[in-house]
Amino acid sequence: MKALRLAIIFTFAATTLHAQDDLLGELSKLDSNSTSPVQATFKSTRIINGHSVETVKKNHMDFRISHRFGRLNSGSYELYGLDQATLRLGFEYGLTDDLMIGVGRSTEQKAFDFFGKYRLIKQSTGAKQIPVSVTLFGSAAIRTVRPVTEEELTRSFQNKLTYVYQALVARKFSEKLSLQITPTYLYRNLPELQGDKRALFSLGLGGRLKLSKRVSVNAEYFWAARDKNSTLPYYDSMALGVDIDTGGHVFQLHFTNSLGMIEKQFIGETTGSWGKGDVHYGFNISRTFSFDKKSKQTR
Amino acid sequence: MKHHIVLSVILLFTFSGVSGITFAQGGMFATAAGNTKFSSETPMENINAENKKTQVLLNTAKNEIAIRMNMRDFVFPNKLMQEHFNENYIESDKYPTGTFSGKLDQVIDFSKNGSYDVSATGSFTIHGVGKNRTIKGKLKIDGGKISLTSDFEVALVDHKIDVPQIVFVKIAQSIKVKVEYTLSPYKK
Repeated sequence: MKALRLAIIFTFAATTLHAQDDLLGELSKLDSNSTSPVQATFKSTRIINGHSVETVKKNHMDFRISHRFGRLNSGSYELYGLDQATLRLGFEYGLTDDLMIGVGRSTEQKAFDFFGKYRLIKQSTGAKQIPVSVTLFGSAAIRTVRPVTEEELTRSFQNKLTYVYQALVARKFSEKLSLQITPTYLYRNLPELQGDKRALFSLGLGGRLKLSKRVSVNAEYFWAARDKNSTLPYYDSMALGVDIDTGGHVFQLHFTNSLGMIEKQFIGETTGSWGKGDVHYGFNISRTFSFDKKSKQTR
Repeated sequence: MKHHIVLSVILLFTFSGVSGITFAQGGMFATAAGNTKFSSETPMENINAENKKTQVLLNTAKNEIAIRMNMRDFVFPNKLMQEHFNENYIESDKYPTGTFSGKLDQVIDFSKNGSYDVSATGSFTIHGVGKNRTIKGKLKIDGGKISLTSDFEVALVDHKIDVPQIVFVKIAQSIKVKVEYTLSPYKK
């Protein structure tokens, strides 16, 4: 009975307090939007070398220019690597807000790469909570460098192809911190070196820590499941960098032991070692254009 | 268990009673699909965005009005700009809503059809910073519906929204806002 009386008093008290704030409070009930996907887990579609869960949005094109210079330990004669540059140019387009395709051309091995990327699950808050984002990635790459050795001359079209499959799983833990884990399956129809296997499993770890609204520190590591007794000259790929978002452009500046900028090369064929100082300075510049017709209208 | 049932019956009864009284006095009008647009115009670049989920509640008995919108519901043609708007300028995670809560300055006979120049004075809050403002607009009553339209400007500096020098995209210091709300009788 006590509770009953309290309730009556409470309700009457509430009705007399019918001020403007109540109007706003009442309004929040009209709010239908209860589940909202988490935005901007990463600033770009790449963490450094590897892909992030982000995709280019519908009718937007991301034009990417990526450079990796020579090794820092090549000395002052080579201006610590800056005399040599390898490049990847990429055109990447959003078919829908969740599905993107891309094509790229790398200096290294004169390789063309084609990929598709689909955002399967979006981390969300609100009524329906989803803890992580999941994006699927598939890519085919072909080396087109002219044959030099006899072995290369007899190489078939099929044997120039490489395939990559990834499941990117990321979580934005806070405004500042995002982490990603990237199981990868790499399949080379013909590995670059004899003694290497066609299939390679790898596990990538990556993350970013925002220092300010527009600057973040990124790190990335790809552990490759190679035979421990292998005599292949390959190392795991590791990269450290900074993202600077200027509104329209994203600049990614970094140091990495990998020269290649496509999965096949940096996961499968990294010959540099951080320990020996085989580190390359590099950058990615990303410029996004909107082809949405509405963006041209003033109102 | 019994207590709870009795309790909720009483709660329901009192609340419905209250709303019944206000309806008798002229009533509440509302929408959850109001249109709020804004544009930033500079010689370099024009940026536009639209929020079609603005919530408005008008208490005609007390001349009170409240407006609320989720900043994340603003849609930009350029999704990168939308991301920057939420992440860098408005900080939607910290300050998810924009609100106005105030009173109409004119006394209007809501029982008749008509069109009026009106103004509302109250607290306008975005980016967590409130400011007292009087906003002018037009109010039209037609066949049991009330439409509100207004054009006004919001200065970024009034709401502590920073645009740093490094940004290449030009953003106007004063943003033009255009609203169109059509309110119908509100049922709880």
